[in-house]
Parts: sequence; structure tokens; C-alpha cells
Amino acid sequence: MASADARDGDGRRASLLYDPSVRAYAYQALTVLVVGWLIWQAWSNAAENLARANMTAGFGFLSGRAGFDLGQALMAYSSDSTFARALTVGLLNTLLVGVLGIITATIVGLLIGIGRLSKNWLIARLCTIYVELFRNIPPLLVIFFWYKGVLSILPDFRAIRAGVEQAKAADPSVGDPLFIISNRGISFPAPIFQPGFGAVWIALAAAVLGAIGFTLWANKVQAATGKRPPALLVSVALIVLLPLAVFFAAGQPIAFDYPVLGRFNLSGGGLISPEFLSLYLALSLYTASFIAEIVRAGIRGVPSGQFEACSALGVRSDRAMRLVILPQAMRIIIPPLTSQYLNLIKNSSLAVAAGYPDLVQVGNTILNQSGRAIEVIAIWMIVYVTISLVTSVFMNWFNARMALRER
Amino acid sequence: MTESLSPNMTTELGYVRQTFLPQQPAPKAKSTTLSWIRDNLFPSVGNSILTLIALALLVRYLPGLIDWLFVSAQWTGTDRAACATAVQGGVRPDGWSGACWAYVGDRFQQFMIGSYPRSEAWRPYLVAALFVALLVPLLIPSVPRKGLNALLMLVALPIVAYILLLGGVFGLEHVETALWGGLMVTLIISFVGIAVSLPVGVLLALGRRSTMPIVKTFCVLFIEFIRGVPLITVLFMASVLLPLFLEPGDTIDKFLRALVGVSIFASAYMAEVIRGGLQAIPKGQYEGADSLGLNYFHKMGFVILPQAIKLVIPGIVNTFIGMFKDTSLVSIISMFDLLGVVKNSFSDATWLTPVTPMTGLVFAGFVFWMFCFGMSRYSGFIERRLDKGHKR
Repeated sequence: MASADARDGDGRRASLLYDPSVRAYAYQALTVLVVGWLIWQAWSNAAENLARANMTAGFGFLSGRAGFDLGQALMAYSSDSTFARALTVGLLNTLLVGVLGIITATIVGLLIGIGRLSKNWLIARLCTIYVELFRNIPPLLVIFFWYKGVLSILPDFRAIRAGVEQAKAADPSVGDPLFIISNRGISFPAPIFQPGFGAVWIALAAAVLGAIGFTLWANKVQAATGKRPPALLVSVALIVLLPLAVFFAAGQPIAFDYPVLGRFNLSGGGLISPEFLSLYLALSLYTASFIAEIVRAGIRGVPSGQFEACSALGVRSDRAMRLVILPQAMRIIIPPLTSQYLNLIKNSSLAVAAGYPDLVQVGNTILNQSGRAIEVIAIWMIVYVTISLVTSVFMNWFNARMALRER
Repeated sequence: MTESLSPNMTTELGYVRQTFLPQQPAPKAKSTTLSWIRDNLFPSVGNSILTLIALALLVRYLPGLIDWLFVSAQWTGTDRAACATAVQGGVRPDGWSGACWAYVGDRFQQFMIGSYPRSEAWRPYLVAALFVALLVPLLIPSVPRKGLNALLMLVALPIVAYILLLGGVFGLEHVETALWGGLMVTLIISFVGIAVSLPVGVLLALGRRSTMPIVKTFCVLFIEFIRGVPLITVLFMASVLLPLFLEPGDTIDKFLRALVGVSIFASAYMAEVIRGGLQAIPKGQYEGADSLGLNYFHKMGFVILPQAIKLVIPGIVNTFIGMFKDTSLVSIISMFDLLGVVKNSFSDATWLTPVTPMTGLVFAGFVFWMFCFGMSRYSGFIERRLDKGHKR
């Protein structure tokens, strides 16, 4: 918008009305006024409505007693804990299902996406059916489907308990089973780390660092001599054997909390709830169908000359895929992949329908219990926007690293 | 050929074959069934193993699936007895399991229009017929008068549908939105979502590319904020906070709240799709319009937007597919869309059997799948058509 001295045909100064920059200021002032008025209206109405309901806005309520139980908590939590702690537990559960879902969806999506391009007719067809089936059905329906499906396939808890009690009556030396898979979820012995276990963690960290160092050194040797030391083998051996050796040297400092079959319920041990399973499976498999399409588009975006050059050089097709095609396809894949990751994290809020205690489900309980609508929704929004921003910053950094560096 | 070479030439060249190679057998026919199976199913050891695993899985699970869905399924009946085993108080033999299509048949009307009064059921069906009658010619590229068609679809149809569905005028009985439900609600929410999000999305996209800093900031904040949060939180905001933001004493219809939530959400996504189209238009088009002396609105309305929107039609359809699937979330704020109605019917005592939930979900999934798959196919068709136009 140039023309600071717009003049009409006779050379006189044109009316200010026709000056683009003046108009721009006017439009912006108008926008500010309208938006400001809307916010002011909403604000004052909300204040009045709250006053009528005898409530005050503010986050003070967060230190109050929650008074409800949560089905799954990654940190110590009881109904005597505060609202703030309940929300933190919810956030951790959101992150747990988000991270596990992203990992699974990426692996499944990559396999299905490559499978769709396979020369194997049957595999390609099955992968196509998978993609077309899952991406055209609402994720919420997939969650219900898995919830009903998982629950109906798993054996009834009471039947299992009856069976175990029968076995106990016949032979008193029989204890409770270590793993119990029932419609109450999958129970397993939960490890309890004894004081000496810290050394094992340190050994694991050292082994990972060592493995990274060895791989870097192997890269250097390969660049210099053309021969690659067995980096993968050494890394795996290091990561598995070193912590194991320290573990036995320290006298196996670990105990297990075994599941106990109670009269009405399971207690003790770790439990993977059916709610978590259905949400996790649904999110992973739903997102995998989108990732598969992204991967397929990425691979097809690599010029076919790259495949042909590989075969001309005698590179095996799996190595060509891993060393030549996929790194180039990654440049096409990463940006849409980022938005799929974000979608998965946002879709994990569907937990509220499955009864998995994520941030939204916990918040919804608090909202219904205390009526703190504005505060709870504000917390949700802030947390999700933050997660989205952090994820996109990380993926942008990763994208910049993978991007084509032209010399 | 080797015979014609003189001996001294042979010594100059390093090596020359002096004899013919033995004749190779003719290549095996490429078109027989057997060779097709070999080439497409068993081309290598790894692939053969994969094929065998896939075949084993298919043989293991496909017959059971077909049996459950069709062969063992119960197609007729009036209540749960038809789909329950003797132990569960029904007529089927012990250990029976199959889809209960009788339940879907019995509840079909409810799945389509929810609790809409049965005596007034012709109203939603008439609206559906009008919708189809306007939609089909709009989708077939060779049918003329697209402008008039779109105008009827986007302006006349909503007015007619509003009067017909809500009633209260012209002697039509008033039907409150709390009674609406089923596929009807799913379609209305999606339709309003797209009808609102297209113009609002265009405005937001233009605002985001504007040179006015304040307008641009508002648009960027709005778009990025809405895209950063899940739809559920936006729906909760619309259903819980919207009444709080209104004048004390004012109430807002629950259905309308869901519409507001979905429209806000869809607008932000639509804005990003359209921005992609705006960015793809070459700078010369903007400059050409400027040099012709068109003002901003003429430039955008007559030159830029028609090209930009045409470019992103596939993206718009994809957004629409996403929105169509997302409407199922309104069941969480206790609205009864198709999924909500189906899920609600699980606890209906008339059809309370172990197979009812699965049957209902399969049916709902099939309906959603049909709509979404149809839309994505149409989007692909348009994409190929537009592609051809560019190559010509």
C-alpha cells in the first residue's frame, strides 16, 4: 500500500477516504473495536453470571480435595489428593497414550505404506483395504469398537477367579497366576526397584552413550576405509549385557508386586486397563492409516531413477529402500507427519468417551463436580496449545535437519 | 558374425567369442494364471512367506467374519428374543453369535431421524430428498447452471430446511431440536459446518495474508489457537462457556451451541486449506489485477479466489470428510448424532443382547464409511479432472 500522496486527475490531493494507508488504519481500528467489544461483552456477562451463581473465577480451587478416584495413575494419587494433582495425573496419562500411540502408529503406518507399494498383489490389496477401511471411519467409533471388541474377546474375570479357586482347593500349593488377562484388563507383576537399582540405571545410560559413541566411530571408519565395523551388533550387546551384568553384580535389587485375586476385584501388581487398551489401539490403528498414505506419497515422490540407479549399482532392494529411498522420502513425509502426530495427541482427548482418565476426562469430572467451567477449559486449552507448539517446534527442528542441504 | 572376423583382429581385441551360445528356451508365457500367481504372489522367498502368512490369516478369520455378518446373522424379529441364546432368554441355540440385523431394521427410523415425531417424519425425508435433488446435479460436471444450483443449495435449501424441520410456521407443528437425532443431525451439522466454514475460512485466510498487522495477528492467533486444541474442548467451550458469555437470562439452544462449536473449528482448518491455494497463485495474477485498477475486493473476488479455490477443491473435500467424521464427537456433549443414537440404543431393554452393540457399531461404521469413501472417491475424480485441465 504505497501512494502516500494520492492525487486525483487535476493534481489536487485526493480525499483521505481514498488513501489506502488511511483505509488500512480505519479497518484495523474497526477490527480492534469489534473484537474488543465482543470480548468485553463476554467478560462482563460471564462476571455477572458468575456473581448470580455466587461463584468467583480463579484457580484457587485447584488446591482443594479432589474426592474422586482415577482408574490409572502414573504417580501417587488417592481421592484425598488435590485437584491440581488429579489434573497432573490426567496430563501424564494423555502423554503416555500419546507417545505410545505415536510410536505404534509410525511403525504400523510405515509398514502398511510400504506394503501398499509392494509388488506382492495380496499384500498390496490387504494394505489398501486397511487404509480405506480405517481412515473413513470416525476415531470415536473405532474406540467404541475396540472397547466392545476387546471386552468381548477377553475372558470374564469371575470365571477366571472361579477356576483359580478350584485349582487352589485341589492343590493348596498353587498360588495366584502371575499374569491375569480378563475383562478387567491385563494384570502383571509390577517391579519395585530396591535402593541398589540406581546402579543399573547408570549402567544403562552408560551403555546407551557407549553405543552412540561406537556408532559414530563406526561411521567414521566406514567413511575412511569403506568397511563398517558391526555397529548394530556391538550396540545391542552393550545395551543388553552391561546393565544385566551390573544387575547381577548388585545382587538383583528388584522385587515384584504380584497381582492378587481378591473376592470382588484384582489388587496389587500392574494393570493395563481395557479403557487404555481400546483408546491406544484405536488411536494407533486410525492414525496409522493416515501415516501409511503419507509414507506412500513420500516414496512415490522420490524419482524412479533413484531406484533404477540403485539396481544398476547392485544395491539390494531392502538396502536401497533404507539407505537411498527412505532418507529422500523423509523430506516429503515429515511435514504432514507432524500434523498427524498432533492429530493423534489431540484425538487422545476422545478418552472421555472410553472412560480413560486423561486430561479431558479428569477435567470433565472436575467441571461437573465443582462447576469451574472457565478455569478447567482454560487449563485444557493452555495445555493442548503448549503440547502442539512443543511438538511442532521439535518436528520443525527435525525437518530442518533432514532437509536437503544444497552445496 | 564371428566367422567374418579375420584372425589378426581377434588378437587385437582382448576376447571374442568364437561360438554361438546354446539356444535359450522361449520365455514362459506372461499371461497365464499360473505365471500371474508366480509373479504377483511368489516372486521371492520373502514375499512367498508374506503371502502364505496373509493367506493363513485370511483363511483363519475371513470365514468367521462372513459367517458372523451374514450366515449366522438374524435378519428378522421384533425383540431381543430373536438375537439371544436360550440361556440369555432367547430362541437361538447355545453358543450362537451373529449380527442382529433385525435390531437395525427395527430401529432404522430412529437411526435416521432420532426421536423426531413419527407423524412428522415426512419433513426430514422431504428435506433429504431436496438435498439429494440439488446435490447430484451439482456434483456432475457436465450439468449446466452451476451458479444457480449452488445458490439454491447454499441459500434456498437452508431456509426451506429450517422452516420444514423446526416448524412453528405455516401450520407446521413445532419440533424442538432436543428431539432431533440420528443421521439427520450428523448431516445437518456437517452441512452447516461447511456452509459457514467456507466464507469464514476465506475471510480468515485473506486476513492472514493481509498487510495490516493487527488484522493479520488476530487471524493468525485465532487459526493457530483453534488448530492447536482438540475439537472436544471447543465443543465443551461452546456448550458450557457460551451460555456463560451471554446476557444473564438469555439461553441458547443446545443444538445451536454444537453448530457454533463445529463451525468455529472447521473455519480454522478451512482457512489453512484456502491459504494454501492463495499461496499457489503466481504473483503475476495479483499484479495483473492491480495494474487493471481493480480494487482489493474485485481483485480477490474475480481474479484470485476463483483460481485459488479451484486449486484446493481436493483439500476442501478432505476437510469436509474430516468434519463429517468429527461430528460424531457431539455425542460426547450429549447430542444424538448417528453414533450417539446407536450407542444410546445399546441400553434399550427391547434389544438388550450381547451381540447388539457390535451390530450397531458395524452398521454405524458402514454408514460413515460409505459417506466418507464416496467423498474421497469424488475428490479423487475432481483432482484428476483438474489435473487434465492443467496439462492441456
